[in-house]
Amino acid sequence: MLDVLAIATRNLLRYRRRTLLTLLLIVIGMVAVLLFIAVSGSFKSMMVGQITDSVLGHVQVHRKGYVASIDSLPLNLNMRPNMLAKLEETLDGNPAIAAWSPRIKFGGMYSNFAETTSIRINGIDPAREAATVPLLPGRLAEGDKKAALVERGQIVIPQLLARGMKSQIGDTVVIVATNKDGSVNGKTFVVRGILEPISGPGGRDGYIHIEDARELLRMTEEQVSEIVVRLKDFSKIDKTGAQLKAAVEGLTNKEGKPMLEVHDWTQLSPFANIAKMIDLMTLFIKIVLVSIVLVSVMNVMIMAVFERIREIGTIAAIGTPPSRILSLFLAEGLMLGVVGTLAGIVISLAAIWGINLRQPTFDFGQQKDLIMAPTIAACDVLTIAVLVLVVAVIASLQPAWKASRMDPIGALRHV
Amino acid sequence: MSLVSATSLTKTYRVGDIDVPAIKGVDFAIESSSFVAFVGPSGSGKSTLLNMIGCLDHPTSGTLKLLDTDIATLDRKAAAKFRGEHIGFVFQDFNLIPVLTVFENVEYPLRMVQKWPTEKRREQVMRLLEAVGMTDQADKRPDQISGGQKQRVAVARALVSNPKLVLADEPTANLDHDTAHRILELMKKMRDEFKTTFVFSTHDPKIMNEAEVTFTLEDGILRNGGHHA
Repeated sequence: MLDVLAIATRNLLRYRRRTLLTLLLIVIGMVAVLLFIAVSGSFKSMMVGQITDSVLGHVQVHRKGYVASIDSLPLNLNMRPNMLAKLEETLDGNPAIAAWSPRIKFGGMYSNFAETTSIRINGIDPAREAATVPLLPGRLAEGDKKAALVERGQIVIPQLLARGMKSQIGDTVVIVATNKDGSVNGKTFVVRGILEPISGPGGRDGYIHIEDARELLRMTEEQVSEIVVRLKDFSKIDKTGAQLKAAVEGLTNKEGKPMLEVHDWTQLSPFANIAKMIDLMTLFIKIVLVSIVLVSVMNVMIMAVFERIREIGTIAAIGTPPSRILSLFLAEGLMLGVVGTLAGIVISLAAIWGINLRQPTFDFGQQKDLIMAPTIAACDVLTIAVLVLVVAVIASLQPAWKASRMDPIGALRHV
Repeated sequence: MSLVSATSLTKTYRVGDIDVPAIKGVDFAIESSSFVAFVGPSGSGKSTLLNMIGCLDHPTSGTLKLLDTDIATLDRKAAAKFRGEHIGFVFQDFNLIPVLTVFENVEYPLRMVQKWPTEKRREQVMRLLEAVGMTDQADKRPDQISGGQKQRVAVARALVSNPKLVLADEPTANLDHDTAHRILELMKKMRDEFKTTFVFSTHDPKIMNEAEVTFTLEDGILRNGGHHA
C-alpha cells in the first residue's frame, strides 16, 4: 500500500499546477463549510442559549389550550391550585429537572403619569426564576444585577419601553390591568431595572413579583399562567422532554381528560425555524462541497488517465494486476482528498482562531454588539473530513476502473 | 521441449463488418535460451504474433503454448499474472515511467508486480543495472538520459524478475544504427548471462542479421520455419 501511495504522490506531483488548483478548490470548499458550520453553529447556540436561559426555559407547562391563545395571554386559562399541586409533585419528583418557576402572564397599561402605553408583564418568584432562566439578570442594562430581580413593589421594564416613556431607575409608575372577570385595577411600582431586549417571545416583557401580580389581578387563589422548566441536561431535551410530557399530560381531570400541556422551546419560539434554516443551509453548503470535490477530483483523474494511456498499457503489459492499477489511481484521488482535507482543516482552524482573537461584533434584531465567537466540534471536523475523503475516492473510481480495464495493446498503440 | 510452440495459429480482426486476417495459420517452435527474430515488412503480422506470445492478445484459432501452458486459455487476470512471472517486455519507445528514476523503473516489476522484499529487490536491481552498464545513472529520470540508455534500462527492467522469455517489439526502431547494434549486443550478452530467451521483431535488414534464428513473416504467413544463422 505504501508503494502505491508513494507512486500516486509522484504522479500527482507530475502536474503540479493542476494538482495545486484541484487542492485549492478542495481547500476553499473545506474552509467555506467549516467556517460556516463554526459561525452559524455558534450563532445558533448563542441565540438558543439566550432564548432558553433568559426567557423561555427549556420546557414550559400550560393549562390545556393556553398556548393556542397565548397572544391574548388568557387569564381564564391559568392553572388552578389543584392542577398546580399535582404538577408540583410531578416536577419535584423528576430527577431530570434542575429547576422550575411559576409565572403569571398578563397584558396591562404602563403609565408614567404623563403618558400611557401597553406592556406585557410576567409575575415571577425572583429566586425560582433566577434558577430556571439564569441569564435573565444578566440582561439588566441598568440596575443591580446581583440583587434579586424584583422585590415586592418593584418592576423591571424593557429597554424600548423605558426609552419611549423616558422612564429611569427609581421612577414611580402605574400598572393598570384587567382581571379575568373584567375588573380593572391599578398599582404603583418603582422601576428597579431596565432589561435589554432579545429576539423572540417574551424578549420585551416586563417583570414584577408574583405576589404583586396576584394582588393587581385580584386573584383569590394561587393561579399561574405557565411553569417554566430547566432541565439538568439540555442536550437530552428530546428524551427528557418527552418523558416529562408523558408524565404531565398523564395528569387528568375528573373526566379523565388531560389538564395540562407541555411544549419545549422549539414549539414556542420562532427562532427554532431559523435554527432549522441554518441546519438546512449547512446541508446545502455540504452538498456544494461534495459537488466541488466530486467535479474537481473526477476532472483531474479523467485527465490523468487520458494522458497516461500508454503508461497504463506498459504497466499492464509487464504484469501489473488490474486491481493494482485500480488502486494506483484511487490512491491519487485519495491523496488529493487527504492533502486538501488537512490543509482545509488547518486553514479553517486558523481562521476560527483569528476570528475569536478579533472578536468581531454584529447586530441581530434589537440586540446590538453581539460578539461572534465561532467554535467547531471535533466531530463536525471529522464528519467533513471523512465526507471529502469518501467523495474524492468515489470521484476517482470511474477513471481508475477505466484504467484498470484498459486493453494493453490498444493502450500501447495510443498516440 | 520447446519454450514456445504454435500450431495452426491464426488471428483475425473484425473491422466493421469485415474480417481482416493478420496471422494465417502459422506453426513454429522457439527453443530455450535462443535469440530469435521475427522479420518482415510493416503489416506482415510481427507485432500481432509477439502480442499473442506475450499473452496480450488471444489467437482466433490454433494452439499457442509457452512453458507448456496453453496461454490462449488464460483470462485477463491470469494472463497478467503469467506475464509478470514469465515474460519481460522491451518496447520500441522504451516506455519508461517518467516520474520514476532509472533505479525505480527497473525496480517496478519487483515492487508492483511481484512484491519482492526491499533488500533483495535492491540487490537484484543493482545487479541488472550493472549488467547493462547503467549503475552510475541510477538516480536519473528517463528524460535525463539518452535513447540508447533508455533502452538499456528497458532491457534491465525486462530481465529484472528473471523471466524465461523477453519479447522486444522493434526494440531498435527509434535508435541510430550504432546504438541499435549495441542494444542487440547487450541483449545477446544478457541472454548468455541469464539464459533468457529473447524474441524480437524488426523490419530492418541490418538488425535482423543479429538474430540466431529468424522467422520471416509476409502477409501473415511464415515464409520459413526458422532460419538458423
